[in-house]
Amino acid sequence: MSTKEKSRISDVIKRNEEGLLADWLQEQDSKVRHNIKEVVLREQCAEFLQLLNVAYETGLDIKRSEWDGVRKFLAEISRRRGEAGFSPSETATFVFSLKRPLFTLLRKEFGKDAVLLADETWNATLLLDGLGLYTTEVHQKTREEVIARQQQDMLELSTPVVNLADNILALPLIGTLDSSRTQVVMESLLQKIVESGSTVAIIDITGVPTVDTLVAQHLLKTVTAARLMGADCIISGIRPQIAQTIVHLGVDLGNVITKATLASAFKLALERNNLAIMRTASPVKHKNIEVA
Amino acid sequence: MPLAKVEPVAMWTEPDLLQVRQPAGRAVREETIPLQSEADIVQARQLVRKWAIEAGLGLVDQTKFVTAASELARNTIIYGKGGIMRLQMLHEGVRRGVRLTFEDKGPGIADIKQALTDGYTSGSGMGLGLSGAKRLCNEFDIVSKVGEGTRVMIARWK
Amino acid sequence: MERIPILRMGEFLLVTIQVDMHDRLAMTLQDDLTNKIQQTGASGVLIDISSLEIVDSFIGRMVANISAMSKVLDAETVVVGMQPAVAITLVELGLSLPGVRTALDVEKGMQLLRGALGAHEEEAQYAACEG
Repeated sequence: MSTKEKSRISDVIKRNEEGLLADWLQEQDSKVRHNIKEVVLREQCAEFLQLLNVAYETGLDIKRSEWDGVRKFLAEISRRRGEAGFSPSETATFVFSLKRPLFTLLRKEFGKDAVLLADETWNATLLLDGLGLYTTEVHQKTREEVIARQQQDMLELSTPVVNLADNILALPLIGTLDSSRTQVVMESLLQKIVESGSTVAIIDITGVPTVDTLVAQHLLKTVTAARLMGADCIISGIRPQIAQTIVHLGVDLGNVITKATLASAFKLALERNNLAIMRTASPVKHKNIEVA
Repeated sequence: MPLAKVEPVAMWTEPDLLQVRQPAGRAVREETIPLQSEADIVQARQLVRKWAIEAGLGLVDQTKFVTAASELARNTIIYGKGGIMRLQMLHEGVRRGVRLTFEDKGPGIADIKQALTDGYTSGSGMGLGLSGAKRLCNEFDIVSKVGEGTRVMIARWK
Repeated sequence: MERIPILRMGEFLLVTIQVDMHDRLAMTLQDDLTNKIQQTGASGVLIDISSLEIVDSFIGRMVANISAMSKVLDAETVVVGMQPAVAITLVELGLSLPGVRTALDVEKGMQLLRGALGAHEEEAQYAACEG
């Protein structure tokens, strides 16, 4: 496409911007289910056309830096729609729905010259296809990010840190521990230690089926980090199989305190804080309830 | 720049060390600051922190990255006899990252392999802190020539 | 010249590090602290790093040095308030702080110091990673 023809397209769009905008808006109206405020959509379309014009002057390669503005704009729209739950088609429709109004316009302008019309229509198609696909890619990445965030939230929810008593936290781990989960767990525990001012944290792994070297290392790192902050960790709930694995793997637990059960770990934690559980001489009387 | 373009080259063969790969991502913004005196280390830390926040890194990742930058900045000043730190904001698709390049025209490191295995084991070692910095980042690369200088690149991605 | 203030709390000294220290300031602190311990005959030093967002190997070494030097002057050191992100980073760095005790906050730190000075067979809390 020669420079002379290039500028004709953007010229065409510039001269007919109002009409093109109106037609384009109408196309989208019928296709998009969700309610985007008319005013917002109009703004988005107007901005897109302006950016398109500027970039169109430089050619058709949308990967070039001159098209950064257009891509950035489309990425923003796609991201917002992706997060709002729009489908990929609904998001791409923003770009694709521009085709019919644009081709109609091109036919009006270049109708007399069949070859020119064919060329320009083809170029416009290539361009809008590329941009439409780009929005789909961004949309997909955004959905992936949303899912990742939700996974993260689920991770945090599934590793609750419990306040057992003054200064004693318990973290019952359930399920397989992979690298990323263990990191989330670690950060969550350390944060809770600061927030609650607990000096002892019991990490119970009764519910963890297997422990490999990596998991063991992560646990050790957690214990070390807690110590640097001024809290001690006790690892409890080590089943015989896990104990065997740890020995076989040659993992050095060093001075990490381990207990077979959460109960014994709790007892140790209490001792550390100069506390103990005692049996009272007579049944404790609660209001309205007689405890036998 | 007398140093050749940084080509990521595997300079060692230990299996557990970070795999060196082609630096990914496109630099969309760049800034360079001098590293001459130890006051510059503090400035470097603050600048790296700002860029890390902008790239969207979480607090722990920020801390790791800024700490690594602090180590390497100090190396540049003390061992490299002064140099520069270049920050680059990276985009790879929708991913964001920050790349830091520390360059000096100092004496260079004779045995990089050894420098990378000299970790801090007791906290009072005189190691170059390279292996520690490496562990804190997603990407790490180093080129050094005795008598010419050293270039270290680290990157952290969101 | 800028200096980090050292407060006296009974028989203990309290240092609160709030600024992003540059190396020279850290070295000055080391000197000031050892001098003050000797002057006052303090039996314990509390280093509050709850405002420190970055602890690199240099600062780590400074802390370890202060702890070692204090011990020679017959004083115990406790580092208090390390932030989680900092702790995680130090562990990743492989930086151990041998012989440096830690506590969650100043109050617990003082309890620790008093305890350490009390009974000999007290179960002391050592924070360092020994490996």
